[in-house]
Amino acid sequence: MSLERRAAMATLLAGRDDNLLVVPGLGSTAWDLAAAGDNDRNFYLWGAMGGAAMIGLGLALAQPTRRVAVITGDGEMLMGLGALATIGIQRPRNLAIVVFDNGVYGETGMQPSATQSGVDLVSVAGACGIGSCLDVRDQAALADLSRRLKGFDDTLFARVKIEAAEPPRVLPLRDGVALKQRFRAALGVKA
Amino acid sequence: MNAPIDWPDRLYETFKRAGIRQVGYVPDAGHARLIDRCRADPDIRDVVLTTEEEGVALAAGAWLGGERAALLMQSSGLGNCVNMLSLARTCRFPLLMLITMRGEWEEFNPWQQPMGSIVEPVLKLCEAEVYRVLNADEVAGAAERAVQVAFGDERIAAVVLSQQLIGKKVWTK
Repeated sequence: MSLERRAAMATLLAGRDDNLLVVPGLGSTAWDLAAAGDNDRNFYLWGAMGGAAMIGLGLALAQPTRRVAVITGDGEMLMGLGALATIGIQRPRNLAIVVFDNGVYGETGMQPSATQSGVDLVSVAGACGIGSCLDVRDQAALADLSRRLKGFDDTLFARVKIEAAEPPRVLPLRDGVALKQRFRAALGVKA
Repeated sequence: MNAPIDWPDRLYETFKRAGIRQVGYVPDAGHARLIDRCRADPDIRDVVLTTEEEGVALAAGAWLGGERAALLMQSSGLGNCVNMLSLARTCRFPLLMLITMRGEWEEFNPWQQPMGSIVEPVLKLCEAEVYRVLNADEVAGAAERAVQVAFGDERIAAVVLSQQLIGKKVWTK
């Protein structure tokens, strides 16, 4: 069973509060996040493939009183798989890594990714020492993950099995400087 | 090996003056003393990386959250960063890089030469300000300048620590 990605993103972020900061991967998860509603506390990526989880780590360490959700795709996570080891060492209590896994590279023509051949990201995350690792395959598990995103206190990893569909693109702001400035302004940070 | 060195302490002192709170690194012998000092500091989160490009993303996330980060690497590690530097360039994230050189002076290992020889051109192609250090008494000034450029101007600034400064690696004991 697979979940529909746009509905899955909407469910995860339903009732989102100002203490949830979201970093999607480039491509489909960025479109999904934009489709769920723009927010100054979203830092959309249009590049930096393989870097989403590490941006989330730096942000989570810098903002220990807020929660950070990285919501990326299987291809993006696979490119930076070492980040799971790095995060497993740091284990910030306020970082969640959510991977929308459809087993394909959707932006480039649906070529199969390693997860389709059996690479199990939930097991990888667990083996890296990430405390809570979830395999989300149905609505009940998705609703549970949505609840957890509102108040977790250990590093969280979740793989969400989504169907390999390509809904119409919803393009967010793509000016990186503007995205950075508005995100920092929303948090009220100076450094 | 060589006479005791203390220039890594100048880098550490610069970190403290600049308010650096996160230090990402792939372990490197030239940075060993600085890494030890950062690890011993409860106000600095030391983040050991599996590859240097993770540190470019870490520093971006830190800045989004209002903290300053630094990234330590050996010259070979710069090659692992090149695409991720697009993140810093596109969004103008501050990125303070301290790079220890290999492959340029008294180098025993020829596999270090190809990347070592292109460190400065690669940095300049990536629009980084580069501060090369040959002597220990130049370390503090170069590091201070790099801090100003990185966090004041929101740019990439790299302190390139030459192999002459670091000393010759001992291969047989």
